[in-house]
Amino acid sequence: MSKAVRVPVREQCPRERVSNFSEVCLGYSLEEAVAEAARCLGCKNAKCIGDCPVAIDIPAFISHVKKGDIAEAAKVIAQASALPAVCGRVCPQESQCEGKCILGIKGDAVAIGKLERFVADWARENPVDIAEAAPQNGKKVAVIGSGPAGLTCAGDLARKGYAVTIFEALHEPGGVLVYGIPEFRLPKDTVVKSEIANLKKMGVQIETNVVIGKTLTIDQLLGEEGFDAVFIGSGAGLPKFMGIAGENANGVFSANEFLTRNNLMKAFKEEYSTPIKVGEKVAVVGGGNVAMDAARTAARLGAETHIVYRRSEAELPARVEEVHHAKEEGIIFDVLTNPVEILVDDKGWVTGLKCIRMELGEPDASGRRKPVEVPSSEFVMVVDTVIMSLGTSPNPLISSTTQGLEINKWQCIVADEESGLTSRKRVYAGGDAVTGAATVILAMGAGKKAAKAIDEMLSGETR
Amino acid sequence: MYQIVAKRQLAPQIYLMDVAAPRVAKSAKPGQFVIVKMDEKGERIPLTICDYDAARGTVTIVFQTLGQSTMEMASLETGDSFSDFAGPLGEASEFIHEDIESLKEQRLVFVAGGVGTAPVYPQVKWLQQRGVQVDVIIGARSGDHVILEAEMKALGANVYVTTDDGSYSRKGLVTDVLKELVDNGTRYDHVIAIGPMIMMKFVARLTKEYNIRTTISLNPIMVDGTGMCGACRVSVGGEIKFACVDGPEFDGHLVDFDEAMRRQAMYKSEEGKYLLAMEKNNHAGGCCGGAS
Repeated sequence: MSKAVRVPVREQCPRERVSNFSEVCLGYSLEEAVAEAARCLGCKNAKCIGDCPVAIDIPAFISHVKKGDIAEAAKVIAQASALPAVCGRVCPQESQCEGKCILGIKGDAVAIGKLERFVADWARENPVDIAEAAPQNGKKVAVIGSGPAGLTCAGDLARKGYAVTIFEALHEPGGVLVYGIPEFRLPKDTVVKSEIANLKKMGVQIETNVVIGKTLTIDQLLGEEGFDAVFIGSGAGLPKFMGIAGENANGVFSANEFLTRNNLMKAFKEEYSTPIKVGEKVAVVGGGNVAMDAARTAARLGAETHIVYRRSEAELPARVEEVHHAKEEGIIFDVLTNPVEILVDDKGWVTGLKCIRMELGEPDASGRRKPVEVPSSEFVMVVDTVIMSLGTSPNPLISSTTQGLEINKWQCIVADEESGLTSRKRVYAGGDAVTGAATVILAMGAGKKAAKAIDEMLSGETR
Repeated sequence: MYQIVAKRQLAPQIYLMDVAAPRVAKSAKPGQFVIVKMDEKGERIPLTICDYDAARGTVTIVFQTLGQSTMEMASLETGDSFSDFAGPLGEASEFIHEDIESLKEQRLVFVAGGVGTAPVYPQVKWLQQRGVQVDVIIGARSGDHVILEAEMKALGANVYVTTDDGSYSRKGLVTDVLKELVDNGTRYDHVIAIGPMIMMKFVARLTKEYNIRTTISLNPIMVDGTGMCGACRVSVGGEIKFACVDGPEFDGHLVDFDEAMRRQAMYKSEEGKYLLAMEKNNHAGGCCGGAS
């Protein structure tokens, strides 16, 4: 095989996988991983590291894979990331590490993500002790939310000897990794649970069913609960809707609701009690990764599924791989199409989605060409379910109950980009609660920076 | 785990449980709710808080068996546990932010229907304990479905009971009692109605005629209960609100009850998955009011 081409990764065939929730990508074998690792040039001034939000020493871990020493590779990754099996699956590598790979100029970039995944999976199945932590230093840090930002911050602090307690509002830790990203992209029992178990091994405590802002406030955490610092990684928040007629009809869901019912509550499994309603024909409105997740879930539940997106395919914000997988699974893309009304029967159920055709005009503030309506091009898509995947606005539970915590005009928590420090002393924040909906790895990067800043602040103090 | 420390049956199909949940008990306020989950495979079920005791560390919930999940819940006994018990969720009743002296000058009446009597109880308790005298109208299907009457009276509230079939107290609807009281010269400043959606709709319609400020409490379909899923959205004065974070209490004159009732029927309330399966099997018959 030519050096310019990456070792292909095995996947479940589309026809088969669209009727199950097992993982789509099957990952590399040891031989495949070693062969792919051999393509890495081991650049001295490796550009890939600079574009990794948690700065994994990529050439170093790949050099161990090359030699077949996977345990050493796992240790290198563990120094930078607490969630490698997650990142290897859900990071947008093409626009981060792999996007900077020299091999990508003339051929395929090294499959860094797939190699990271291989190493992490191997380390889970083989005895490698990567959960090393420094001796306890007697200082307590509370982490709010057990998603990517919170888990990363907790892991880094526990490693440095802090007593970390994570407070999770839901009944299961993992945040978006559990309620948002579907099983077929990120298996919960094997991958997510075991990465969380690694954190617990380092001494991280996780308290579920604690809704900060309701069950306890930030002031109580810093006061009677005796924490020295707090990190807020509470995540994205409330789903947005379009504000069109018929949006409260039965059969209209937010992507958050649809995915939470299926992923967190496991509605797709017979033995779980939570219901999920998917009709015969589903329209998912939006073009991001969450929209792809919702569409591919609906397809697996048996519906003919359409993505309705107002710009053209080139502007789809979802990862290329997700769009590709969705198409393989038979998702129909109706691009340059914008909903204007949801049609409803006399009992309040959805009967159709009235849309208008769009065309691309001048570039807008985002630099993308602005979609404009084509006059008199309205038409009706006959659907019985509409899933709105339009992003989220921040959850007010914490900001509304914490005096002096500054928020911006989008209601996001204001935090220093380098340290995560908020307008309140000892209170740090990162991830979607600060940036609005973004990616797993950016949230992890923010959790990492905050952990560093919290350590710098607290290590100077004596108790 | 959250242990059930006491259980009693209040009426046919209505159960009360005291659950050990110290943090929730300490933070709970009248008007708020909790989400309970029985075990790993269970649903997250929102229930309004009926009482709380910070010293004992317990929260009291009252529920009616409607479907599979609540029936299983009713089979739990003292000593058994819920795997999950999260709260207190939602905003507290607005009167807890009001000045007590001005509350004492107001004439408040609570209108409670069926199992909705339970969430009225902590509100009446909070007010009566602070010296605010309130009236309570309790409506139920029949005499044996009337709950918490003695407890409300013990708090010192003026309690009026009415039953649909006249088997106890008097025959008639809660709106009949409210109308009589108002027509006989009682000048209420604030009506707080909690019960079946249809009851709240008709109370709000009546109080609109009389121009009396009215608060209602919604118990819509929810998944997470923290604002994330949007299943509990409701139109209030033309705006979309989320009952879990903006409510559950809203201005009764602004709520779109018809839409809320339709939405509540989406999964035939919590009979959910079981009914959905039945519906699928019956699909050829085209019944059940589903999406057709």
